[in-house]
Amino acid sequence: MEYFIELFLGGLTRGSIYALIALGYTMVYGIIQLINFAHGEIYMIGAFVAYIVCGVLTIYGFHGVSILIIAGLLAIVYSCAYGYTLEKVAYRPLRNAPRLAPLISAIGMSIFLQNYVLLAQTSDFLPFPSLIPNFAFMEPIAHIIGSPELVILVTTLVTMILLTLLIRYTKIGKAMRATQQDMSMARLVGINVDRVISMTFVIGSALAAIGGVLVASYIGQVNFYIGFIAGVKAFTAAVLGGIGSVPGAVIGGLVLGLTESFAAGYISSDYEDVFAFGLLVLILILRPSGIMGRTTKQKV
Amino acid sequence: MKRFTLLMAALVAVAGLASPVLAADTIKLGVAGPHSGDLAPYGIPTMRAAQLVVKKINAAGGVLGKQVELLIQDDQCKPEIATNTATKLVTEGANVVLGHICSGATKAALGIYNDAKIPVMSPSATNPGLTQSGDYPNFFRTIASDDMQAKLAVDFAINKLGAKKIAILHDKGDYGKGFAEFAKKFADESGKVKVVLFEGITPGAMDYSSIIQKVRRENADVLIFGGYHPEASKLVAQMKRKRLKTAFLSDDGVKDASFVKVAGKDADGAYMTGPRDLSTIPLNAAATAEYKAAYGEDPGAFFQEGYSAALALLNAIQKAGSTDYAAVTKALRTEYVDTPVGRIKFDARGDAEGVGFSVYQVQKGKFVEIK
Repeated sequence: MEYFIELFLGGLTRGSIYALIALGYTMVYGIIQLINFAHGEIYMIGAFVAYIVCGVLTIYGFHGVSILIIAGLLAIVYSCAYGYTLEKVAYRPLRNAPRLAPLISAIGMSIFLQNYVLLAQTSDFLPFPSLIPNFAFMEPIAHIIGSPELVILVTTLVTMILLTLLIRYTKIGKAMRATQQDMSMARLVGINVDRVISMTFVIGSALAAIGGVLVASYIGQVNFYIGFIAGVKAFTAAVLGGIGSVPGAVIGGLVLGLTESFAAGYISSDYEDVFAFGLLVLILILRPSGIMGRTTKQKV
Repeated sequence: MKRFTLLMAALVAVAGLASPVLAADTIKLGVAGPHSGDLAPYGIPTMRAAQLVVKKINAAGGVLGKQVELLIQDDQCKPEIATNTATKLVTEGANVVLGHICSGATKAALGIYNDAKIPVMSPSATNPGLTQSGDYPNFFRTIASDDMQAKLAVDFAINKLGAKKIAILHDKGDYGKGFAEFAKKFADESGKVKVVLFEGITPGAMDYSSIIQKVRRENADVLIFGGYHPEASKLVAQMKRKRLKTAFLSDDGVKDASFVKVAGKDADGAYMTGPRDLSTIPLNAAATAEYKAAYGEDPGAFFQEGYSAALALLNAIQKAGSTDYAAVTKALRTEYVDTPVGRIKFDARGDAEGVGFSVYQVQKGKFVEIK
């Protein structure tokens, strides 16, 4: 039973990170039906900015939690700037082009950003300081869950609640939902659609940056390539939950994380990914639009 | 008539492409390995070793009265790039090749060199099959093979660490999995330990906590890991965080300064096998001093092996009196040569006689040889 709880909490931790990143995919897809393949790179850039900021702050003698907060905030600011620019440069000019064009543009931007960081920084793995203080809980709790996992879980939970409130109760949230329903109608009632799309990218990027900082601090290393793997997993989570649906991304992320954790724990970590993607295929056969997805009505 | 002229012109052009090989007035030493990408720290020291050796030999008059020319190619340790690299070195007319660095890339490239009858010497590809399969008579190496490493690791776990239960993990790659499979084989054969876990992990995954929980649950005394330092750093960090008392024991893919740099304090206490300490060999001290003078830092992984391989290859050409394939491979197998890894020649399979491994432990950020 103890082992089950360990695996469950482990799965929940990684699942909540998947969910955090998956939200960026799902929100963008929901509004402009684009799969933003460069989203994983925004996550990576968030982690790198935090890495650099940490280095600088350590020189100036800052400590622990203050570094975490400043580095986290700057990572969010930078990632948002990148997300905003990405949309402006790579997707907005292609707004009325056939669906495939922005998709290729997204893949191109992903490769570009990876190589940009590779050249500007280094290809080496870099040691990321563990910013989340590692409190010693009492045994037997200590080996079931530590403070880093707890911080990750709480942070993602709070972030998701804030996001839900934002979408449900704020003006920009309403505008986002309206744009998602019908872009031309939204434009007719006076919503600045371009601004809404930019905001979606900015919000998604902020979530990715939070994920990036948390994961880098948790596993203790950054590298220009981390965004690719995180991106693939989060994209899978988004599709699993039903791409375009915000609760779907969260559920998809958690389901994926738990599946991986249990598959590794009870069967074999050799087949961790096999089970994760097997589950995806299974769900797409049974529910083509994902767990929470709705089949879109064709506009006539 | 016009067509005939065109045909003649085409023939002349093709002949023009083929001729540089015949007109060679230098000895061409190909160097292949990862010089970019995340595994570059394993390839660059060998490339620099070749540059240092060649500079010295050229200054002393070259080999067989000819200057040695370096052909340097980056394969990023990727098999698919390595085959291109090999083809390129063959067409550029390399007489001998120093490389490749990673076992997977080496294996992919070896067939191409074998068809072209070019002797190849790796400073670091430790996969046993490369020599033991007998498929590559053109292959030599200045490092001991993985099975020797795995045997040493298992013996160390049993005799020095008193292990009764061993968990074995690997990164599913040619190198890591090969090491892990040999470790399992030797552990099973010893009859003194039980292998409680044998699994592959996904390189680059965000989290290894499930597998660490599993190691704890199996109550393993020692965790043997086959793979490279990025995954090893994550594993030791998560083991420390989960407060496992299991000892961590890995291979020479982990015995690299990057491991200590990335894992930081978590690296302390980890064991790994690696080429034995060579500081007592005079040539080694000289080579290290050369490196420091040229680059202002300590040489990285496989520098000594790379330096030795460059010396052995050029020495064999000198002794053979030509770059002829049969003569050079015969010289490699019969003529001793003094190198930074000791006085070596190569056995019938291509493994260097006289090189070996030791076990190291990270103590306060330094690799300390365990006697």
